[in-house]
Amino acid sequence: MIRVENLGKRYRLGEREPYGTLREALAAAASAPLRRVRSLAKRETESGSKGKKEFIWALRNVSFEVGEGEAVGIIGNNGSGKSTLLKILSRVTEPTEGRAEMRGRVGSLLEVGTGFHPELTGRENIYLSGAVLGMARTEISQKFDEIVAFSEVERFLETPVKRYSSGMYVRLAFAIAAHLEPEILLVDEVLSVGDISFQRKCLGKMETTAREGRTVLFVSHNMSLVMSLCGRALLLNKGRIELDGRAGDVVRHYEDSSFESAAVVDPDAGMWMNRRQAGEARSVIESVEMLDPATGKRKPYLRTGDSVTFRIHYRSAVDFDGAGFEFAIRAEGGSTPLIACRTDADLWHTPLRAGQAGHLDCTFPAFPLAANRADSYFISVLIYDPRASGPSSILFDGRSFGSLRVLPREVEGRRYPVTTGASFLAAEYQWS
Amino acid sequence: MRRNLPSEVQNDVPFIEIRPSHSWRFINRRELWRYRELLYFLTWRDIKVRYKQTVIGAAWAVIQPFFTMVVFSLFFGQLAKIPSEGVPYPIFCYAALLPWTFFANGMSNVSGSVLGGAGLVSKVYFPRLLIPLSAVLTSAVDFLPSFVVLIGMMLYYGVHPTWNVFFILPFLLLALVTALGMGLWLSALNVLYRDVRYVVAFLTTLWMYATPVIYPSSLLHGTWRTLLGLNPMSGVVEGFRWALLGTGHAPGGMFVASIAASCLLFGSGVLFFRRMERIFVDVI
Repeated sequence: MIRVENLGKRYRLGEREPYGTLREALAAAASAPLRRVRSLAKRETESGSKGKKEFIWALRNVSFEVGEGEAVGIIGNNGSGKSTLLKILSRVTEPTEGRAEMRGRVGSLLEVGTGFHPELTGRENIYLSGAVLGMARTEISQKFDEIVAFSEVERFLETPVKRYSSGMYVRLAFAIAAHLEPEILLVDEVLSVGDISFQRKCLGKMETTAREGRTVLFVSHNMSLVMSLCGRALLLNKGRIELDGRAGDVVRHYEDSSFESAAVVDPDAGMWMNRRQAGEARSVIESVEMLDPATGKRKPYLRTGDSVTFRIHYRSAVDFDGAGFEFAIRAEGGSTPLIACRTDADLWHTPLRAGQAGHLDCTFPAFPLAANRADSYFISVLIYDPRASGPSSILFDGRSFGSLRVLPREVEGRRYPVTTGASFLAAEYQWS
Repeated sequence: MRRNLPSEVQNDVPFIEIRPSHSWRFINRRELWRYRELLYFLTWRDIKVRYKQTVIGAAWAVIQPFFTMVVFSLFFGQLAKIPSEGVPYPIFCYAALLPWTFFANGMSNVSGSVLGGAGLVSKVYFPRLLIPLSAVLTSAVDFLPSFVVLIGMMLYYGVHPTWNVFFILPFLLLALVTALGMGLWLSALNVLYRDVRYVVAFLTTLWMYATPVIYPSSLLHGTWRTLLGLNPMSGVVEGFRWALLGTGHAPGGMFVASIAASCLLFGSGVLFFRRMERIFVDVI
């Protein structure tokens, strides 16, 4: 059981005052002796001669509760405070404010090979690392054979660890850690090393651990791992909890906002270019752009229910009055499009003039497709001759023009996906 | 001084409370006792590593005091003719060098211990006091081989021990406590200021001259003698010589002064260390 209330951790930026030289400290002490001694004894020393005091809150106002037997994933960008949170809960560092309560033996896996000494043999390191991680000597002796079997380094037990390959080192380190049996387990990204078979083994062991009813806090960048191991997840952003809920929901929210923030800075977002070179004699669609109908500006990303204009830029090689344009969106592997818009069916005419470029807008007042997790929607654009039939009727074939990612609609300010990946269509409906 | 007990055992299930601490803390005996096995392992590790892959390794514990004694006997005993209270100078000197080397190496070891254990400190929780403790215990192990040499020397010079010999144990304890106390100050300071280790070597050399290792304390009188007594190692060294060789006086005023000084050093060292340990990880 873990209860965290208002936890915060502040770090000083720039010149880390305590890491100076004794010479400087003595000089400062000579000039203001009492203040110097008192500030030395305080947890955060004052700047004294250095002047600048800039702080960063690695964690701020973090509060949550984890019940017994819950497996909770902690995700977020680099620098969001995940490792700091784990360090505080492992008592490796002290919080600046707030408090935390933990009931049960705590085991922390903040790195691979805690306590290992390169000069000692595998056998000796098993005892050493086990003791450092919190196992009693009798416990280590009992589990010794299991640990050796899990790590598969039996032949090298009496060799100094500095001679191990990196794979062996990691296997042994994890084998020891895997046999910790604390009530609360704090794991920080240690599974990212090792080959595939080893990772699968570790995963299996972690799943068993989670199922055994231990409380697990799992920091990871591996979203599928988080979703398979944890029922619940916490999303940290810039030191604060952005979301706390079911693992699947939180992961999708995180992926969506990552996509969104990447799209916003990506100059090519919301625009698809025709990469194929067509001959001079052909009419082509050069690009498709996604615009906001209200402002006319490019939309870097699209949400369900947004009003959006797809602008189709074309260049014609012929004079043709009755050309038809089709704008369609297909799902991966689907032959029937989810959405299909044909100008001739809508009795809309776009005359083509040889050598001229132009554009055609297709506007949706409320985009009807549901959010998808990956780029599983495909845009398809065609120029065709409506009176002809068969393959010769197609003047420009852009059936896989680009892929489209749709983000979930904002629901009451929270971007909780209502249906993501569970259906294609997002209909307006009501229960009663 | 509020005793801050961050963890207790309730119905066999440990309960931990984490919060920023502001108070001065001393020694949490219960916690140290709970982690006693780790202390064993850390000490065992240091000793094992020290003696692996070295040729001199175990012999260094003997070579250092022995050859120092030889050089001192030559220059201070023979050439400078410093009085040695009735016993041959070599053994007079060696009997003092023994606890002195123990102290000097202990202090030096402890002063670098926290920085050297940075890897552990930043990844795992255990009472940080374990690190300097294991460092000083490692040095204590070195004492034994050089003690054997002392016995050999006593046989060689025909010095017969009395029952007073058993008094070397409290003196050794005093040396250990002093080494630990000084070491705690230095190890914490070393994390904050990286040039402390240069100070240590210098400090040790000076300190030796301030201790009656090379010369007998009877060489000093009055206020000088009192000042000498403020150095806790004076009491240790004189006491050692008295216990083993029967020179000098039985422990008296000087010894009491040494104990007081040592306790002060140790007490303040622990307080300072415990205060600083909270920011070790942030600064290492």
